[in-house]
Amino acid sequence: MEYQNLFTQTQVTGPASRGVPINDYDMRERTRSIGFSHLMGRLGNAQLGPVYLGRLGVASLIFGMTAFFIIGMNMLAQVGWNPLQFVRKLFWLSLDAPAPKYGLTFPPMNEGGWWLIVGLFSTISIMLWWLRTFRRAQALGMGTHVPWAFASAIWLFLVLGLIRPVLMGSWSEGVPFGIFSHLDWTSALSIRYGNLFYNPFHMLSIVFLYGSVLLFAMHGATILAVSRFGGEREIEQIVDRGTASERAALFWRWTMGFNATMESIHRWAWWFAVLTPLTGGIGILLTGTVVDNWYLWGVKHNMAPSYPAIYGTVSDPALKAPSAPVATGEKK
Amino acid sequence: MKNIRQKIAIALSVLAILTLTACERPPVASKQTGYRGTGMDQVNNPRTQEQLAKINQIPAGIPASPDGPKAGAVYQNVKVLGNLSTAQFGTFMVSMTSWVAPNQGCAFCHNLQNFADDSLYTKTVARRMIQMNQNINGNWGDHVKVTGVTCYTCHRGNNIPQNVWFNPVEKQGGGMLGNKNGQNDPLVGSAYASLPNNTFSSYFVANASAARIQGGTALPTGHEASLQSTESVYGVMSHMAHSLGVNCTFCHNSRAFSSWEESTPQRVQAWYGIQMLKDVNTNYMDSLVAVFPANRKGKDGDVAKANCATCHQGVNKPLLGQSMLKDYPYLAPNRDMPKDSLHSTAQ
Repeated sequence: MEYQNLFTQTQVTGPASRGVPINDYDMRERTRSIGFSHLMGRLGNAQLGPVYLGRLGVASLIFGMTAFFIIGMNMLAQVGWNPLQFVRKLFWLSLDAPAPKYGLTFPPMNEGGWWLIVGLFSTISIMLWWLRTFRRAQALGMGTHVPWAFASAIWLFLVLGLIRPVLMGSWSEGVPFGIFSHLDWTSALSIRYGNLFYNPFHMLSIVFLYGSVLLFAMHGATILAVSRFGGEREIEQIVDRGTASERAALFWRWTMGFNATMESIHRWAWWFAVLTPLTGGIGILLTGTVVDNWYLWGVKHNMAPSYPAIYGTVSDPALKAPSAPVATGEKK
Repeated sequence: MKNIRQKIAIALSVLAILTLTACERPPVASKQTGYRGTGMDQVNNPRTQEQLAKINQIPAGIPASPDGPKAGAVYQNVKVLGNLSTAQFGTFMVSMTSWVAPNQGCAFCHNLQNFADDSLYTKTVARRMIQMNQNINGNWGDHVKVTGVTCYTCHRGNNIPQNVWFNPVEKQGGGMLGNKNGQNDPLVGSAYASLPNNTFSSYFVANASAARIQGGTALPTGHEASLQSTESVYGVMSHMAHSLGVNCTFCHNSRAFSSWEESTPQRVQAWYGIQMLKDVNTNYMDSLVAVFPANRKGKDGDVAKANCATCHQGVNKPLLGQSMLKDYPYLAPNRDMPKDSLHSTAQ
């Protein structure tokens, strides 16, 4: 009955597990200390460690923390080194990309130079971390599914901060490092390029994102629901179904006529998750480079409905001779 | 065990309460303004509306007969309102004092020993501002309709209207760090967003650029507008919406911001408002730069200028659309001229 609860009720603790020995070098790079935390055990495994840091991990952390530190110092300087203002305005503060006039050149430090350096350092850090996940997976004799899924997210990151700005010929197209500012940037990108919702790759990305959520909920719920029959032993049940798998499969066939298997559900989940940033990245890559106004593109391809003109005819006033003396604004 | 649960529960409740403090309490009223499915509607909080109704009451007007001897013939040095009757002239001076300088009285603008004297800069400014009122009411009917404006629309009993702007001053000195890039600061100029602040000098003065950042073709055909200029437009648009107490869909169908065909008539009126601000700021405010003393000027040495909030002050029709011109017809000398081209063509 413990299994029926939505939250983890059982916590099995045993002697510390040091993991499979691989070779002397590997063993040397693992931390010695192992701890146990009851609270962590409520969320996952109660055992903390050993951590494998290694050269890649250390290098990645150095680059990553340097980037983080530079962003923090820039933000602190923006509030005159006042720690209280720093906390108060933290969500607003931002390290912004260079102005358009600098193109792809290296701008003065205070006008985007720091942004470029942070971009370089964080990219190096993420790449090293990717290599680390790849090498650790190989060391354990695992498949490399985790690094390749991570690579999908890195693809989107690189499109946003490196590939697309280079194709557009300006670092100013890059994303600022800040909490509200990167959200405003997202909104501004959509507005500038005529509404990203009409971008078919954006649509696909949303499908896979929401699909991932749905699959996650369905799978998690199914396994929890049959865990009283041993359903959490999913991997064994790929080849040896057992009653938990059969009940779960029958439930889905009853309710929707079709069921995934203990193996395929994980492939579904992996592909949906991987395709979310993959398609999203393609959509961003096309924005501005080959499509300038997604709404008009949608109109062109009969994708955007037209609505009745309920306000009568509204037209651009700048095209008419203004009836009052206009203090010459630019008119198109 | 129980102790931990209690602690977690308390922590979560505190967090929930803190999160909710940023919200307005329901119910709020929403009104659909666009075709179904477009998501165009305006959301109003009736309790906020009550407050706005209170602070937007207009002061009682003072009617005066236009008959009798003219002010220009009776008083000396009357340059703008000389064709008013002395009764109108007197009541207008009283009204203007109560709108702009209720505490200082006549002495705010006049040398009490000699009322005709122009020695106080405030008198020169006031004279120019009367001309500005006449210009707005007479020539900018596309924006102010027949409601029009008076000194009170902006001043509301303050010497200087509460919502004005000065040119931003670029941070001087060769610091290596700390460039805010004109944004990333919760200020009213961008409706407390992290968007560019104080971009008014890019839009609300003569020869300012247009806010047209979306391209007019599906594929790239040479229309170049940067993301930074987009954020700048976004910031000034947030200012407009915040000043009027409305959201984007008051003027735009947000699926295609640039499309005039899908916009509401209010967008055309807002466009005329921007043109009016260019006229007001450049031909009236900037023309007074030599008149104002240094302590009334901004860091850039410029005079205070107007933006949407100067008149609107949180409501989409200033003073909730109540006109004060009935008792002050001389502030709208040309108002009978057909300036309302928007409505005559749109209907």
